[in-house]
Amino acid sequence: MIIAEGKPIAEVAELIKDAKKVLMVGCGGCVTVCLAGGEKETGILASALRMLRQQQDNPLETVEVTLTRQCDPEYVEMLDKYVTDDIDCIVSLACGVGVQFLAERYPKWVVPALNTKFAGGTVKHGQWEERCGLCGECILYRTGGICPIIRCSKSILNGPCGGSQNGKCEVSPETDCAWQLIYDRMQALGKLDMLLEIQPVKDWSKARDGGPRRVVREDVMIS
Amino acid sequence: MSEPKTESKLERLLNEGRFVVTGEIGPPKHAGGDGIKHHVELLKNHVDAMNLTDNQTAIVRLSSIAAAAHVLAAGGEPVIQMTVRDRNRIALQSDLLGAYSLGVRNVLCLSGDHQSFGNHPTAKNVYDIDSIQLVQTVKGLRDEKKFLCGEEIKEHEPRFFIGAVANPFGDPFAYRVLRLEKKVNAGADFIQTQAIFDMDRFEKFMAMVRERGLHKRVKILAGVMPLKSVGAARYMQKSVSGMIVPDPIIDRMKGAGDPKAEGVEICVEQIKHLQTIEGVAGVHIMAVMWEDIIPTIVEKAGLYPRPK
Ligand code: SF4
Ligand code: SF4
Repeated sequence: MIIAEGKPIAEVAELIKDAKKVLMVGCGGCVTVCLAGGEKETGILASALRMLRQQQDNPLETVEVTLTRQCDPEYVEMLDKYVTDDIDCIVSLACGVGVQFLAERYPKWVVPALNTKFAGGTVKHGQWEERCGLCGECILYRTGGICPIIRCSKSILNGPCGGSQNGKCEVSPETDCAWQLIYDRMQALGKLDMLLEIQPVKDWSKARDGGPRRVVREDVMIS
Repeated sequence: MSEPKTESKLERLLNEGRFVVTGEIGPPKHAGGDGIKHHVELLKNHVDAMNLTDNQTAIVRLSSIAAAAHVLAAGGEPVIQMTVRDRNRIALQSDLLGAYSLGVRNVLCLSGDHQSFGNHPTAKNVYDIDSIQLVQTVKGLRDEKKFLCGEEIKEHEPRFFIGAVANPFGDPFAYRVLRLEKKVNAGADFIQTQAIFDMDRFEKFMAMVRERGLHKRVKILAGVMPLKSVGAARYMQKSVSGMIVPDPIIDRMKGAGDPKAEGVEICVEQIKHLQTIEGVAGVHIMAVMWEDIIPTIVEKAGLYPRPK
């Protein structure tokens, strides 16, 4: 899933300082699972912002709605009835995709309340970790199911570099060296000889190219 | 003796079977070239070639290629270090063409220290290709006369003597020799190792290298680093990734009346020992911020005068 984290409340307050009435939009997708932008977090952020503005003698009115997903026009449409003329600003608690889908649909000032971090998963309650760099051409079958693109600090395809020591990456003692993990796993699977092959240079045009990447599936399109 | 692939003096001396000595110059954090010229004057009769580091530890410095131009002007043989941290495949190849046009004949390909160690930790790193792929690229430019994309170089292809690094002190230890083999397969002509303090581990590494016959396919220059003080030794032990400094060395530095002289003494002993290891074709002396000491070390190790 997409992992996100709330911006500091003071930062969000600053983004909406000129607004009297804001529409706060949560998302029921990934950011609900990672406890950053679901219904609960939307309520908490709204009340925190209202309290802050109360203290400043400049009351703020909030309307709170949580959509099933903000990355799908089908659900975004359901927001139409809340986007009234008196709304000065929309605060989205979705990932950057949701923020943009709202901005594309409404001629309003839309601001993000979260910092979108990465594609990852839960490693333990309250801790999430990155697993995929969305490179567009998955090579996990060559590295024993461990991604060197995002888990190696240098995205080395023929690792490990000289900085790997005691299983840790040179960058930090808290970070496992991805290539030590790959080595251990390939050894356990009896596939060490695969690591002797020189991995070719990567086609990064699949990862980030001119403008947004697209996936088109004509078979499921409704004309 | 094999046919020379390049005009490199380093290649020639290695082919002649000489025990070579290379040194290292860290370019300055300013735009003046006089310090480099001064170091070249100091070193050029005592080392066969000198490395110019490439923004080492991710700290902005005068570029290694520009530094190499100063080395050439002062009559030295430069080895440019080239990391894949800051440049993509377009910039790397372009700089290789440029360096060759200036007269540079040796390049050392490496990953580069992560930017978080340097003075611009918020920089975006590049890592478009990795160090092994850079070795392959430099070989392709030379032997196939082709750019990485496959396009032919019609004339004046850059013919570099290709270096890579090996760290016998990194982990997983068992894989270090295999990764060296990958570098040789990719096209490395010579190797410079990480600074050696743990001689036992290096001996083990070399035994594995010989077992796979790699010493016959690539020239291995063993890295040494004279220590200036016990503080420097401790720093290397604790804070430099991929280094092992055994306690006896720390103790020797601690007990020394004149730590600098002791540092030189240890380094000279190491060089003499390294000369006895089969498959070691030379030494690479990294005297970080202490380049002036290199001539003394070379003389004390009995490696002076140098061949022409
Ligand atoms: S190889 Fe690419 S697609 Fe596969 S996990 Fe890594 S970044 Fe994601
Ligand atoms: S230490 Fe390991 S994870 Fe870190 S940059 Fe080197 S190879 Fe990658």
